[in-house]
Amino acid sequence: MSLTDQLLAQNTVQLDSKIPAGAMADKWNTYKSDMKLVNPNNKRKFKVIVVGTGLAGASAAATLAELGYQVDAFTFHDSARRAHSIAAQGGINGAKNYKGDGDSIHRLFYDTVKGGDFRAREANVHRLAENSVDIIDQMVAQGVPFAREYGGLLDNRSFGGAQVSRTFYARGQTGQQLLLGAYQQFSRQVGLGGIRLFNRSELIDIVVVDGRAAGIVVRDLVTGELTSHSAHAVVLATGGYGNAFFLSTNAMACNVTAAWRAHRKGALFANPCYTQIHPTCIPQSDDSQSKLTLMSESLRNDGRVWVPTNPDETRPAHEIPESERDYYLERLYPSFGNLAPRDISSRAAKRAVDKGLGVGPKKNGVYLDFSDAINRLGREVVEERYGNLFEMYERIAGENPYDTPMRIYPASHYTMGGLWVDYELMTNIPGLYAAGEANFSDHGANRLGASALMQGLSDGYFVLPYTIGNYLAPMLNKPMPGTDHPEFKAAEAAAKERFAGYLAIGGTKSPDFFHRELGKIIWDYCGMERTEQGLEKALSEIPALYEEFKKDLRVTGDSESMNQTLEKAGRVDDFFQLGMLMCKDALDRKESCGGHFRAEYQTDDGEALRDDDNYCHVSAWQWGGDPMKPVLNVEKLDFEEVHLATRSYK
Amino acid sequence: MSNTIKNITLKIWRQAGPAAKGYFETHNIPEITDEASFLEMLDILNDRLVTEGKEAVVFDHDCREGICGTCSLMIDGQAHGPQRGTATCQLHMRKFKDGDSITIEPWRASAFPLIKDLMVDRSAFDRIIESGGYITAETGGAPDANLIPIAKPIADAAMDSAECIGCGACVAACPNGAANLFTAAKVAHLNRLPQGQAERYSRVETMVETMDEHFGSCTNHGECEAACPKEISIDVIALMHKDYRKAKFANRKDLARS
Ligand SMILES: Cc1cc2nc3c(=O)[nH]c(=O)nc-3n(C[C@H](O)[C@H](O)[C@H](O)COP(=O)(O)OP(=O)(O)OC[C@H]3O[C@@H](n4cnc5c(N)ncnc54)[C@H](O)[C@@H]3O)c2cc1C
Ligand code: SF4
Ligand code: FES
Repeated sequence: MSLTDQLLAQNTVQLDSKIPAGAMADKWNTYKSDMKLVNPNNKRKFKVIVVGTGLAGASAAATLAELGYQVDAFTFHDSARRAHSIAAQGGINGAKNYKGDGDSIHRLFYDTVKGGDFRAREANVHRLAENSVDIIDQMVAQGVPFAREYGGLLDNRSFGGAQVSRTFYARGQTGQQLLLGAYQQFSRQVGLGGIRLFNRSELIDIVVVDGRAAGIVVRDLVTGELTSHSAHAVVLATGGYGNAFFLSTNAMACNVTAAWRAHRKGALFANPCYTQIHPTCIPQSDDSQSKLTLMSESLRNDGRVWVPTNPDETRPAHEIPESERDYYLERLYPSFGNLAPRDISSRAAKRAVDKGLGVGPKKNGVYLDFSDAINRLGREVVEERYGNLFEMYERIAGENPYDTPMRIYPASHYTMGGLWVDYELMTNIPGLYAAGEANFSDHGANRLGASALMQGLSDGYFVLPYTIGNYLAPMLNKPMPGTDHPEFKAAEAAAKERFAGYLAIGGTKSPDFFHRELGKIIWDYCGMERTEQGLEKALSEIPALYEEFKKDLRVTGDSESMNQTLEKAGRVDDFFQLGMLMCKDALDRKESCGGHFRAEYQTDDGEALRDDDNYCHVSAWQWGGDPMKPVLNVEKLDFEEVHLATRSYK
Repeated sequence: MSNTIKNITLKIWRQAGPAAKGYFETHNIPEITDEASFLEMLDILNDRLVTEGKEAVVFDHDCREGICGTCSLMIDGQAHGPQRGTATCQLHMRKFKDGDSITIEPWRASAFPLIKDLMVDRSAFDRIIESGGYITAETGGAPDANLIPIAKPIADAAMDSAECIGCGACVAACPNGAANLFTAAKVAHLNRLPQGQAERYSRVETMVETMDEHFGSCTNHGECEAACPKEISIDVIALMHKDYRKAKFANRKDLARS
């Protein structure tokens, strides 16, 4: 019996993925024609809470409000326009085949399943590929100014892990333009009264009554006031947890609190060890740095990655002759070259730097060189494609990439893991949904470029508005627990106590100090390469540091006015607990797949070695009352359409 | 190569809340690498303050990449500081030198009430967008994206104004606290596109009127353009005025007909 089957027999939670029957290409249509409907006049009798107003949350809230549901939307940002989605640079995939290069829904589906190293649920991925086409139409109708060719039609570029051009983009600001599109549609509903917006409001807890999601407890960040909000269904579109590493490309405020608090209330957390380290970020320049900056992967369309062959090289890049350069991606992966997927490119960069071949003052980067592209295409074309990225690089690194190659190094960027959801994007708590980066569903163990924006918008525009109706329909005119229910009161009291607790410790170190130290441990032992020994070490160091956090934390100020130190304390607390789960999961998964690379499990030439007999499953963890004692549940993954194969980009 | 900058004096605006009295507080930064960003310097200061048992300075920030529009500091009297086309978070210490004294204040504008220290409430911008800063395209039923070709220069011009990050520097820099550059940037983005034509005149009308409810009026100082981190051209304001006049004219005709 395989390990998967043994584990399946021990599940403590019934995990039904609810994948519709029928052929892969028909499943979503079958679902839509079989689902229960809420009559248009009855929709306003239902209230839905949407937490998060990034791409996933804003699109879901706007569409639900258009349909007639009452929507209450929450964000800790000051405006719905600012979510982390705004920072996405490169683009969004859509299987339009506008280039006539052989793209299709099936090919996007196939690329995503393969790119995810066969650890995603096929049916979800197929639906994502189907919806990708409608997303592009929808966003263009809203006025998103995607790049165009001279004839006026939409332009496309290619991205890592694909051999077709299917990525739509708006200069280097695709996320901004898509989010502003969704934000505008969302704002229209705020203006019309379909959405009530609660900004600068942070979800602190989820309330579950009689096994169903009943609402949330929220902290007003300006006044510190805690309030309860009840609804028929709750959507968490609260983003990823990449900031567990402290240094990452995520916006400073991104955190895991919403998902983590749901987890502690019973929602399973799936594949927490699947984190993505992005190959093209600006290397760290000094120890006090708070944040790393991504250089869009689209740069790899025209930039060539190389390191000098001599570890003692001191000459500036342009003086190093061709014969003394190693274009290692082109050498190792001739068919994908510089466009090899992210996990593969990142590990290759790490190996080069570990061998002492790194470049820059700290020898902690590799070159991304545009001189060939400038010679071939001319400076103007390069400027048109990447001008704003070059400018951003120069501002940060103080060097001009038209003359000197960029220096890049991998950094934490995206998290494939997240709340476990079924085909309807519902967690195992009925009425609690997770969308966008907050769920685990579509990218398996590695996400391909330009697919997160697509997934957020697919979930928000084209999945949740259907699946939520299917849940709500039978609840028409049934009573719903109000905020005076004892469960709400208890959650409010616990939240109050929690924040008072941080203020009362009166230790000596700031929340940022602990976050930085925690991040270092997770990066060293649960980053690009993991080993049993390292993970064991992390699992003794994190709890020890967590004990210190609980004894020596210092939070100044009070809880009745804006207090960013106090906010941070709560978020870091949750990162500690998540950090333990990430390491447990990484330790438990004795194989390498996608972003999870266990040094013990690799092929002779250093590629990830999967173990499909024993690990072709989703690891979904249940809260066990103590962050060091999570309970494993598994969902077996069946591949009907794409046959399990070794992922090769050679 | 990185250098160390020594002995920076910071004069920072502190104010416990909207009703409290504000004052400048002085802090010294003995040394800092010139690779650090301006906000990293404030992070370091805040870490020190918390460790010393003092309250950290409250300031807004998030992406630190110049795209979210959250950061919002008046640095030596200039919105987003001395570097043109650069948001506060993109400013690096290499722009400063040993012994510099730097004054840091919040955006000051009546439409942006102060929350605490350096943080203000810019929700009035959202009210403008809610009143009409969109194209009505409800989810579902959109035609194929390539059905309407858009000439590249038009798409590019729309994108130029769509780049606005909603930071509010234009308002903070304006002696009248006007929001014309912000509002016009959105009007220009949507009104230039074929998809935006159906609501062209109703959009500009409601947006301008909402803007006037919250913000001061524009008297063509041009400070907004100079402060804008995205270098949005002041020309968009002319375009907005033109469309607004046409809208008023068209509506008068509609009234006469009814
Ligand atoms: C630098 C960078 C570049 C990227 N480029 C690309 C790209 O080119 N293409 C691509 O496809 N993907 C890209 N990605 C990934 C992609 O941007 C994200 O995965 C995606 O935007 C996430 O969207 P989301 O809606 O799930 O979450 P987010 O945009 O992170 O939104 C989360 C929302 O939840 C709210 N929130 C969170 N917690 C709480 C709480 N406790 N209480 C209240 N509100 C809360 C926040 O306020 C926010 O509104 C990039 C990511 C980074 C870091
Ligand atoms: S117009 Fe410029 S200054 Fe004004 S909000 Fe937009 S980006 Fe900021
Ligand atoms: S922090 Fe996002 S623009 Fe400055």
